[in-house]
Amino acid sequence: MRYDRILIRYGEMSTKGKNRNRFVVRLKRNIQKKLKAFPNIKIEYMRDRMYILLNGEPHEEIMERLQTVFGIQSFSLAMKCENDIEQIKTTALAAVQQVDGKTFKVSAKRIDKQFPIGSNELNHTLGSHILRNTNHLTVNVHEPDIDVRVEVRKDGTYVTCHDIPGAGGLPVGTSGKAMLMLSGGIDSPVAGYLAMKRGLEIEAVHFFSPPFTSERAKQKVVDLAKKLTRFGGKIRLHIVPFTDIQQTIHQQVPDGYSLISSRRMMLKITDMLRKKYNGLAIVTGESLGQVASQTLESMFVINDVTTTPVLRPLVSMDKTEIIAIAKKIDTLDISILPYEDCCTIFTPSAPKTRPKREKVVHYESFIDLEPLLQAAVANTETIIIDEEFTAEKEFEQLF
Amino acid sequence: MIYLDNSATTKPFPEVMDSFVAVATNYFGNPSSLHELGRKAERLLMQAREQVATLLSVKPNEIIFTSGGTEANNLAIKGVAFQYQKRGKHIITTAIEHPSVIEPCRQLEELGFEVTYLPVNAHGLVEVETLKQALRDDTILVSIMHVNNEVGAIQPIEQIGKLLQRYPKAMFHVDHVQGVTKVPLDMKNAHVDLCTMSAHKFHSLRGAGILYVRNGVRLSPLLAGGGQEWQIRSGTENVAAIVAMAKALRLSMEAYERHSERLWELKERWFEALRNIDGIEIHTPVKYSAPHIIHFSLDGLKSEVFVHELAKQQIFVSTTSACSSKKRAPSKTLLAMGVEPKRAESSIRISLSWENTLEEIPVVVRAMKEAIQKLQGVER
Repeated sequence: MRYDRILIRYGEMSTKGKNRNRFVVRLKRNIQKKLKAFPNIKIEYMRDRMYILLNGEPHEEIMERLQTVFGIQSFSLAMKCENDIEQIKTTALAAVQQVDGKTFKVSAKRIDKQFPIGSNELNHTLGSHILRNTNHLTVNVHEPDIDVRVEVRKDGTYVTCHDIPGAGGLPVGTSGKAMLMLSGGIDSPVAGYLAMKRGLEIEAVHFFSPPFTSERAKQKVVDLAKKLTRFGGKIRLHIVPFTDIQQTIHQQVPDGYSLISSRRMMLKITDMLRKKYNGLAIVTGESLGQVASQTLESMFVINDVTTTPVLRPLVSMDKTEIIAIAKKIDTLDISILPYEDCCTIFTPSAPKTRPKREKVVHYESFIDLEPLLQAAVANTETIIIDEEFTAEKEFEQLF
Repeated sequence: MIYLDNSATTKPFPEVMDSFVAVATNYFGNPSSLHELGRKAERLLMQAREQVATLLSVKPNEIIFTSGGTEANNLAIKGVAFQYQKRGKHIITTAIEHPSVIEPCRQLEELGFEVTYLPVNAHGLVEVETLKQALRDDTILVSIMHVNNEVGAIQPIEQIGKLLQRYPKAMFHVDHVQGVTKVPLDMKNAHVDLCTMSAHKFHSLRGAGILYVRNGVRLSPLLAGGGQEWQIRSGTENVAAIVAMAKALRLSMEAYERHSERLWELKERWFEALRNIDGIEIHTPVKYSAPHIIHFSLDGLKSEVFVHELAKQQIFVSTTSACSSKKRAPSKTLLAMGVEPKRAESSIRISLSWENTLEEIPVVVRAMKEAIQKLQGVER
């Protein structure tokens, strides 16, 4: 007898009342997409848990992929049998024998009260059955290596031995859509990851200023977006040509204010794209006080161009915490590649750390930026990226 | 032609040659150059690294490309020795390693390091207990090959790795040149810190090799310069050979997996056929040996003459390992296994690839018998 299914426990979404069904259906869809390489699996779902029936597909690979799906609290390999004590004994024994460990305990739960044997008696019966039929195991009820969980439910009895923590959070897409400003640095991919963890679907926006920023910088952003697709499925990446705007600002706005003004235009364009693609928020990787544009004064002046919610998941984090997450989601190595991006090239020698809103508005009033903004949006290139995305189709035959 | 010298080098896949030519022709840019051609070359390098890492179930930043197996072994051994010499100066390796492991160790001995060369048993295997006794507080490196290049013995890498978990100061290097694609090795399960592979042993070209360096292990570079390969191996990357290698690794892994059963049967049949030839003694252990290497000796006949005799009929075998055979010394692996020097001087290695067939066996056996007869006539 082998493990034939994976049991999935929902996270906080099981507290979401009437919305729950929507959450569960979305989670199922996200899992299905994630596991589309395994055509034989079947997903069964109920109000408080989900089962993936393996039908012969390899559980190791499936479990590895499940760890990147938001909305899963934990999951375990499981076996199912009929509500019959002899069958339950056999199943529990088989389940224990297929995992490593020296000590165990049985935690039985009789949810189906029609079943004649109570939880305590089940613990005892199954525990002695396992002890009698194995020779390397002893009981330890406090800190067992293997916790044999037996649940007698209406539709059958489930046995699991080992819980694996899931990614937590909410299923991507259940909280709506937001635009992520993706620069190529360390912070913005982490912000995107955290946004997706709260159930947001994201589209990424990147500002590209050729020839001041290179193809490599753009490539880097594509690579970063691709890393994020592991958690969020398909991601639309909008590459906005920003050279004209940046040069215009650079020529017209005094040095100390040019950075702030560029930031304002970026936010404006992102907001225009948000409207175009029906998003409801903008996500940035800003954290308070890191650099000149991230003082509260700067944030205030930049944010002034829109009333759309700007979500800043990193606002309270230290750089070390951000780096730790970047490592975990495997974006750090890409982020630290030393290519010029839109943030670094036009950086003035002494940007204002306490900019005034009136001043920047005044400077901007001398230039007609609106047509430039419209043109930037119109000429934006959109790339749809998924986990298998390769930018270089021409390389395919080479590998 | 019957080619039975695949442990010396292998025939490149045609698809691998295509990739090499395409990359060398169309993407000849230097990966460090800023322009488009440079970017594409860098991209190819990155993709090759990702593919190799995926195939080996490790991370891309744990893959260092080198010029081949010899460089990778040198980099691993000297790189660890120089980096960690303050922790200790004791190195453990075995008596049956490839010269590209033994010789760097000898160089290090001259620089004041102490090296223990572990013996092997009659089957050519290192015993974990022997290693345990040799380990000391100042041991900084244990270098043990996975599959022996001469007799094909498979060393208990996983058990050794487990043992070394208790010696955190000692790095574990594995020369996996003969094993890769033929005898699987899981770096993580075996707790390997460094692992060497060479492209031309798995149907790619010479000029590229792989050193796996586990995250957290630091190496003192052998080649200083432009800082390529994370400052560990300077020198303009050989993109064409590296891309070809990544493709060959994939194709080889697929081929050997597909032909695994047949290859084991092939070896079995070779064993049977050789046992039926008078005077031949097989040295490759029946258990714990790789599917593609068969080593035997001819009773007193000079192996070199035998190789030439077979070559006349377009049958290519080898005496000891190709790298040692020019020195005309008897196989050191056989000597370490306790084989008489006289016998060891008449030893022959057959090494197979997935392309070899059962039909070749009777043809080669007939040629061997003829050669033996002829040579016995001459030498008496």
